[in-house]
Amino acid sequence: MARALVNVPKEAKQGETVEIRAMIAHPMETGYRVGPNGINIPRDIIRRFACTYNGEEVFRADLHPAVSANPFFAFTLVALASGTIEFTWTDDAGATQTASAMITVS
Amino acid sequence: MRTLWRLAAIGVSAFFGIVSARGIEVGEKRSGFDFMTPETQALQADDISNPGMLWVLQGEQLWQEPEGRANVACSGCHGDASRTMSGVAVRYPVFDEATGRPIDLAGRINACRTERQQAEPLAPESDALLALTTYVTHQSRGMPVTPANDPRLAPFRENGRRLFQSRIGQLDLSCASCHDDNWGKRLGGSAIPQAHPTGYPLYRLEWQMVGSLQRRLRNCMIGVRAEPFAFGAPEFVDLELYLAERARGLPVETPAVRP
Repeated sequence: MARALVNVPKEAKQGETVEIRAMIAHPMETGYRVGPNGINIPRDIIRRFACTYNGEEVFRADLHPAVSANPFFAFTLVALASGTIEFTWTDDAGATQTASAMITVS
Repeated sequence: MRTLWRLAAIGVSAFFGIVSARGIEVGEKRSGFDFMTPETQALQADDISNPGMLWVLQGEQLWQEPEGRANVACSGCHGDASRTMSGVAVRYPVFDEATGRPIDLAGRINACRTERQQAEPLAPESDALLALTTYVTHQSRGMPVTPANDPRLAPFRENGRRLFQSRIGQLDLSCASCHDDNWGKRLGGSAIPQAHPTGYPLYRLEWQMVGSLQRRLRNCMIGVRAEPFAFGAPEFVDLELYLAERARGLPVETPAVRP
Protein backbone atom coordinates (compact mmCIF):
# COMPACT_ATOMS: atom_id res chain seq x y z
CA MET A 1 0.00 0.00 0.00
CA ALA A 2 1.24 3.41 -0.89
CA ARG A 3 2.23 5.70 1.94
CA ALA A 4 0.61 8.73 0.38
CA LEU A 5 -1.42 11.67 1.62
CA VAL A 6 -3.86 13.22 -0.85
CA ASN A 7 -6.19 16.11 -0.26
CA VAL A 8 -9.21 16.60 -2.49
CA PRO A 9 -12.20 18.67 -1.34
CA LYS A 10 -15.16 16.34 -0.76
CA GLU A 11 -17.63 18.76 -2.29
CA ALA A 12 -17.36 21.54 -4.86
CA LYS A 13 -19.66 23.72 -6.94
CA GLN A 14 -19.88 23.27 -10.71
CA GLY A 15 -17.10 25.27 -12.36
CA GLU A 16 -15.29 25.99 -9.07
CA THR A 17 -11.49 25.96 -9.02
CA VAL A 18 -10.30 23.50 -6.38
CA GLU A 19 -6.84 22.87 -4.98
CA ILE A 20 -5.49 19.32 -5.06
CA ARG A 21 -2.52 18.28 -2.95
CA ALA A 22 -0.61 15.02 -2.96
CA MET A 23 2.47 13.79 -1.10
CA ILE A 24 4.12 10.36 -1.13
CA ALA A 25 6.79 8.79 1.08
CA HIS A 26 9.82 8.15 -1.11
CA PRO A 27 13.57 8.51 -0.47
CA MET A 28 14.28 10.04 -3.95
CA GLU A 29 17.81 8.62 -3.86
CA THR A 30 19.78 10.63 -6.44
CA GLY A 31 22.35 7.98 -7.38
CA TYR A 32 25.15 10.48 -6.74
CA ARG A 33 25.62 9.69 -3.06
CA VAL A 34 28.35 7.29 -1.96
CA GLY A 35 27.55 4.61 0.60
CA PRO A 36 29.78 3.58 3.52
CA ASN A 37 31.31 0.85 1.32
CA GLY A 38 32.56 3.43 -1.21
CA ILE A 39 30.07 2.36 -3.86
CA ASN A 40 27.41 4.72 -5.19
CA ILE A 41 23.95 4.16 -3.71
CA PRO A 42 21.82 3.14 -6.71
CA ARG A 43 19.45 5.75 -8.04
CA ASP A 44 15.84 5.29 -6.92
CA ILE A 45 13.53 8.17 -7.75
CA ILE A 46 9.95 8.70 -8.77
CA ARG A 47 10.10 9.54 -12.43
CA ARG A 48 6.54 10.51 -13.18
CA PHE A 49 3.52 11.76 -11.31
CA ALA A 50 0.13 11.88 -13.00
CA CYS A 51 -3.39 12.77 -11.94
CA THR A 52 -6.56 11.73 -13.74
CA TYR A 53 -10.07 13.11 -13.27
CA ASN A 54 -12.70 10.56 -14.29
CA GLY A 55 -10.10 8.77 -16.40
CA GLU A 56 -8.86 11.89 -18.19
CA GLU A 57 -5.35 13.09 -17.45
CA VAL A 58 -5.44 16.59 -15.95
CA PHE A 59 -1.94 16.97 -14.49
CA ARG A 60 1.41 15.33 -15.12
CA ALA A 61 4.95 16.01 -13.96
CA ASP A 62 8.36 14.56 -14.76
CA LEU A 63 10.67 14.34 -11.75
CA HIS A 64 14.46 14.48 -11.71
CA PRO A 65 17.16 13.63 -9.14
CA ALA A 66 17.19 17.17 -7.69
CA VAL A 67 13.66 16.79 -6.29
CA SER A 68 13.69 16.31 -2.51
CA ALA A 69 12.51 13.20 -0.69
CA ASN A 70 8.76 12.75 -0.13
CA PRO A 71 7.74 14.88 -3.14
CA PHE A 72 4.74 17.15 -2.62
CA PHE A 73 2.51 18.50 -5.39
CA ALA A 74 -0.19 21.14 -5.22
CA PHE A 75 -2.19 22.20 -8.26
CA THR A 76 -5.67 23.36 -9.17
CA LEU A 77 -8.36 22.00 -11.42
CA VAL A 78 -11.86 23.06 -12.38
CA ALA A 79 -14.59 20.87 -10.86
CA LEU A 80 -16.88 19.84 -13.72
CA ALA A 81 -18.45 16.54 -12.68
CA SER A 82 -18.66 14.23 -9.68
CA GLY A 83 -16.23 11.36 -9.84
CA THR A 84 -12.87 9.93 -8.92
CA ILE A 85 -9.53 11.67 -8.92
CA GLU A 86 -6.68 9.19 -9.22
CA PHE A 87 -3.01 9.72 -8.55
CA THR A 88 -0.19 7.59 -9.94
CA TRP A 89 3.48 7.70 -9.05
CA THR A 90 5.89 5.76 -11.27
CA ASP A 91 9.45 5.01 -10.10
CA ASP A 92 12.70 4.16 -11.91
CA ALA A 93 11.87 0.46 -12.01
CA GLY A 94 8.51 1.22 -13.62
CA ALA A 95 6.57 0.20 -10.51
CA THR A 96 3.55 2.34 -9.76
CA GLN A 97 1.84 3.42 -6.56
CA THR A 98 -1.66 4.79 -6.62
CA ALA A 99 -4.12 6.70 -4.47
CA SER A 100 -7.56 8.01 -5.21
CA ALA A 101 -10.24 10.32 -3.80
CA MET A 102 -13.86 11.13 -4.60
CA ILE A 103 -15.26 14.54 -5.35
CA THR A 104 -18.96 15.46 -5.42
CA VAL A 105 -19.85 18.36 -7.69
CA SER A 106 -23.18 20.08 -7.26
CA MET B 1 35.42 29.69 9.49
CA ARG B 2 33.09 32.34 10.87
CA THR B 3 31.22 29.59 12.66
CA LEU B 4 34.43 28.54 14.31
CA TRP B 5 35.20 32.08 15.44
CA ARG B 6 31.75 32.46 16.82
CA LEU B 7 32.03 29.17 18.68
CA ALA B 8 35.40 30.34 19.98
CA ALA B 9 33.81 33.60 21.10
CA ILE B 10 31.13 31.71 23.01
CA GLY B 11 33.86 29.60 24.60
CA VAL B 12 35.95 32.61 25.61
CA SER B 13 33.02 34.52 27.09
CA ALA B 14 32.06 31.44 29.08
CA PHE B 15 35.66 31.13 30.30
CA PHE B 16 35.63 34.63 31.73
CA GLY B 17 32.39 33.97 33.49
CA ILE B 18 30.41 36.58 31.52
CA VAL B 19 27.68 34.03 30.97
CA SER B 20 26.66 31.33 33.37
CA ALA B 21 24.43 28.28 33.16
CA ARG B 22 21.44 29.76 34.91
CA GLY B 23 18.88 28.07 32.72
CA ILE B 24 15.89 29.71 31.09
CA GLU B 25 13.80 32.19 33.06
CA VAL B 26 10.18 31.27 33.78
CA GLY B 27 7.95 32.82 31.15
CA GLU B 28 10.72 32.85 28.55
CA LYS B 29 10.27 29.21 27.62
CA ARG B 30 9.74 28.94 23.87
CA SER B 31 9.41 26.04 21.49
CA GLY B 32 11.81 25.69 18.57
CA PHE B 33 8.76 26.40 16.40
CA ASP B 34 9.02 30.11 17.33
CA PHE B 35 12.54 30.34 15.93
CA MET B 36 11.63 29.04 12.47
CA THR B 37 10.78 30.98 9.31
CA PRO B 38 7.05 31.49 8.58
CA GLU B 39 7.39 29.11 5.59
CA THR B 40 8.65 26.23 7.75
CA GLN B 41 6.02 27.01 10.39
CA ALA B 42 3.32 26.77 7.72
CA LEU B 43 4.72 23.41 6.62
CA GLN B 44 4.35 22.06 10.16
CA ALA B 45 0.95 23.62 10.84
CA ASP B 46 -0.82 22.01 7.87
CA ASP B 47 -1.27 18.25 8.22
CA ILE B 48 -1.54 17.78 4.47
CA SER B 49 1.82 19.43 3.74
CA ASN B 50 3.61 18.19 6.90
CA PRO B 51 5.76 15.27 5.67
CA GLY B 52 5.93 13.89 9.23
CA MET B 53 2.30 12.83 8.77
CA LEU B 54 3.55 10.10 6.40
CA TRP B 55 5.16 8.43 9.41
CA VAL B 56 2.00 8.87 11.46
CA LEU B 57 0.13 7.13 8.64
CA GLN B 58 2.65 4.27 8.61
CA GLY B 59 2.50 4.01 12.40
CA GLU B 60 -1.28 3.72 12.25
CA GLN B 61 -0.93 0.77 9.86
CA LEU B 62 1.79 -0.91 11.97
CA TRP B 63 -0.32 -0.47 15.12
CA GLN B 64 -2.83 -2.92 13.69
CA GLU B 65 -0.42 -5.51 12.29
CA PRO B 66 0.03 -8.72 14.34
CA GLU B 67 3.72 -9.41 15.03
CA GLY B 68 6.01 -12.03 16.56
CA ARG B 69 5.42 -15.50 17.96
CA ALA B 70 2.53 -14.20 20.07
CA ASN B 71 0.93 -13.03 16.81
CA VAL B 72 -0.66 -10.03 18.49
CA ALA B 73 -0.84 -6.44 17.25
CA CYS B 74 -0.32 -3.33 19.39
CA SER B 75 -4.05 -2.78 19.03
CA GLY B 76 -4.66 -6.33 20.35
CA CYS B 77 -3.82 -5.14 23.88
CA HIS B 78 -4.02 -1.35 23.65
CA GLY B 79 -7.05 -1.06 21.37
CA ASP B 80 -7.79 2.27 19.74
CA ALA B 81 -4.64 4.40 20.07
CA SER B 82 -6.53 7.68 19.77
CA ARG B 83 -8.17 6.80 23.09
CA THR B 84 -5.62 4.66 24.95
CA MET B 85 -2.42 6.46 23.90
CA SER B 86 -3.75 9.98 24.36
CA GLY B 87 -1.60 11.73 26.96
CA VAL B 88 0.85 8.84 27.32
CA ALA B 89 3.86 10.39 25.62
CA VAL B 90 3.75 13.60 27.72
CA ARG B 91 5.06 11.76 30.82
CA TYR B 92 7.91 9.83 29.15
CA PRO B 93 10.66 8.84 29.93
CA VAL B 94 9.24 6.85 32.89
CA PHE B 95 10.74 4.45 35.43
CA ASP B 96 10.96 0.87 34.20
CA GLU B 97 10.52 -1.68 36.99
CA ALA B 98 12.15 -4.49 35.02
CA THR B 99 15.50 -2.76 34.49
CA GLY B 100 15.42 -0.36 37.44
CA ARG B 101 16.20 2.49 35.04
CA PRO B 102 14.25 5.14 33.15
CA ILE B 103 12.97 4.09 29.74
CA ASP B 104 11.91 6.30 26.84
CA LEU B 105 8.96 5.74 24.53
CA ALA B 106 10.97 4.06 21.75
CA GLY B 107 12.54 1.81 24.40
CA ARG B 108 9.08 0.97 25.78
CA ILE B 109 7.79 0.08 22.30
CA ASN B 110 10.74 -2.23 21.75
CA ALA B 111 10.36 -3.77 25.23
CA CYS B 112 6.68 -4.41 24.46
CA ARG B 113 7.73 -5.98 21.17
CA THR B 114 10.19 -8.42 22.69
CA GLU B 115 8.21 -9.29 25.83
CA ARG B 116 4.58 -9.27 24.73
CA GLN B 117 4.73 -9.83 20.97
CA GLN B 118 7.85 -12.02 21.27
CA ALA B 119 9.27 -10.45 18.14
CA GLU B 120 12.74 -9.19 17.27
CA PRO B 121 13.33 -5.65 18.57
CA LEU B 122 13.22 -2.92 15.93
CA ALA B 123 16.56 -1.31 15.04
CA PRO B 124 17.11 2.22 16.35
CA GLU B 125 16.13 4.85 13.73
CA SER B 126 14.40 2.19 11.64
CA ASP B 127 11.35 3.44 9.75
CA ALA B 128 9.05 1.10 11.68
CA LEU B 129 10.25 2.19 15.15
CA LEU B 130 10.12 5.86 14.19
CA ALA B 131 6.66 5.43 12.70
CA LEU B 132 5.25 3.72 15.82
CA THR B 133 6.88 6.27 18.16
CA THR B 134 5.61 9.15 16.02
CA TYR B 135 2.11 7.67 15.89
CA VAL B 136 1.91 7.16 19.67
CA THR B 137 3.37 10.60 20.47
CA HIS B 138 1.05 12.21 17.91
CA GLN B 139 -1.92 11.09 20.05
CA SER B 140 -0.76 13.64 22.67
CA ARG B 141 -0.34 16.56 20.28
CA GLY B 142 -1.30 19.84 21.92
CA MET B 143 -1.05 18.47 25.46
CA PRO B 144 1.51 20.01 27.83
CA VAL B 145 4.69 18.06 28.61
CA THR B 146 4.18 16.77 32.17
CA PRO B 147 7.05 14.49 33.24
CA ALA B 148 6.35 11.82 35.85
CA ASN B 149 6.99 12.94 39.44
CA ASP B 150 8.53 9.59 40.35
CA PRO B 151 11.20 10.06 43.08
CA ARG B 152 13.08 7.04 41.68
CA LEU B 153 13.78 9.12 38.55
CA ALA B 154 15.51 11.93 40.47
CA PRO B 155 19.10 10.60 40.39
CA PHE B 156 18.85 9.87 36.66
CA ARG B 157 17.40 13.33 35.94
CA GLU B 158 20.20 14.84 37.97
CA ASN B 159 22.70 12.91 35.84
CA GLY B 160 20.96 14.29 32.75
CA ARG B 161 21.36 17.82 34.08
CA ARG B 162 25.03 17.15 34.74
CA LEU B 163 25.49 15.87 31.17
CA PHE B 164 23.64 18.92 29.80
CA GLN B 165 26.00 21.26 31.63
CA SER B 166 29.25 19.32 31.08
CA ARG B 167 31.67 20.59 28.49
CA ILE B 168 32.59 17.95 25.92
CA GLY B 169 34.47 17.54 22.67
CA GLN B 170 37.33 19.36 21.00
CA LEU B 171 35.29 22.58 20.98
CA ASP B 172 34.78 22.20 24.75
CA LEU B 173 31.12 23.19 24.73
CA SER B 174 28.21 21.96 26.81
CA CYS B 175 24.57 21.84 25.68
CA ALA B 176 23.99 24.72 28.11
CA SER B 177 26.70 26.89 26.46
CA CYS B 178 24.37 27.36 23.50
CA HIS B 179 20.86 26.45 24.59
CA ASP B 180 20.80 28.07 28.06
CA ASP B 181 23.21 30.95 27.62
CA ASN B 182 22.91 31.93 23.96
CA TRP B 183 19.47 30.92 22.73
CA GLY B 184 17.87 33.39 20.35
CA LYS B 185 21.25 34.29 18.85
CA ARG B 186 22.59 32.80 15.64
CA LEU B 187 25.22 30.16 14.99
CA GLY B 188 26.46 29.86 11.42
CA GLY B 189 23.28 31.46 10.09
CA SER B 190 20.93 29.23 12.08
CA ALA B 191 18.89 30.35 15.07
CA ILE B 192 19.89 28.76 18.39
CA PRO B 193 16.66 27.43 19.96
CA GLN B 194 16.15 26.58 23.63
CA ALA B 195 16.40 22.85 22.93
CA HIS B 196 12.97 21.76 24.09
CA PRO B 197 12.26 18.27 22.71
CA THR B 198 8.53 18.87 22.19
CA GLY B 199 8.22 17.76 18.58
CA TYR B 200 10.13 14.46 18.47
CA PRO B 201 10.19 12.29 16.48
CA LEU B 202 10.24 15.15 13.99
CA TYR B 203 10.79 15.74 10.29
CA ARG B 204 14.04 17.57 9.72
CA LEU B 205 14.39 19.13 6.28
CA GLU B 206 18.13 18.46 6.44
CA TRP B 207 17.52 14.74 7.06
CA GLN B 208 14.68 14.52 4.53
CA MET B 209 13.01 12.13 6.94
CA VAL B 210 11.72 11.73 10.48
CA GLY B 211 14.35 11.22 13.16
CA SER B 212 14.47 10.71 16.92
CA LEU B 213 15.69 13.01 19.69
CA GLN B 214 18.71 10.73 20.10
CA ARG B 215 19.67 11.29 16.47
CA ARG B 216 19.47 15.05 17.09
CA LEU B 217 21.58 14.74 20.25
CA ARG B 218 24.18 12.70 18.36
CA ASN B 219 24.27 15.43 15.69
CA CYS B 220 24.98 18.08 18.32
CA MET B 221 27.68 15.93 19.93
CA ILE B 222 29.38 15.41 16.57
CA GLY B 223 29.00 19.17 16.01
CA VAL B 224 31.13 19.96 19.07
CA ARG B 225 33.49 17.17 17.96
CA ALA B 226 32.75 14.80 20.81
CA GLU B 227 32.36 11.04 20.57
CA PRO B 228 28.57 10.54 20.50
CA PHE B 229 26.88 7.97 22.74
CA ALA B 230 25.42 4.94 20.97
CA PHE B 231 21.69 4.85 20.19
CA GLY B 232 19.81 3.70 23.26
CA ALA B 233 22.68 4.52 25.64
CA PRO B 234 21.54 5.13 29.24
CA GLU B 235 23.16 8.59 29.10
CA PHE B 236 20.75 9.57 26.34
CA VAL B 237 17.72 8.47 28.34
CA ASP B 238 18.99 10.50 31.33
CA LEU B 239 19.38 13.52 29.05
CA GLU B 240 15.88 13.00 27.64
CA LEU B 241 14.61 12.90 31.21
CA TYR B 242 16.24 16.23 32.06
CA LEU B 243 15.12 17.83 28.78
CA ALA B 244 11.52 16.76 29.41
CA GLU B 245 11.61 18.40 32.87
CA ARG B 246 13.13 21.51 31.30
CA ALA B 247 10.33 21.64 28.72
CA ARG B 248 7.55 21.08 31.28
CA GLY B 249 4.34 22.81 30.22
CA LEU B 250 5.14 23.29 26.54
CA PRO B 251 2.67 21.60 24.17
CA VAL B 252 3.64 18.42 22.28
CA GLU B 253 3.98 19.14 18.52
CA THR B 254 4.74 15.69 17.10
CA PRO B 255 5.34 15.43 14.20
CA ALA B 256 7.13 18.77 14.17
CA VAL B 257 9.09 20.11 11.19
CA ARG B 258 12.50 21.68 11.78
CA PRO B 259 15.05 23.07 9.33
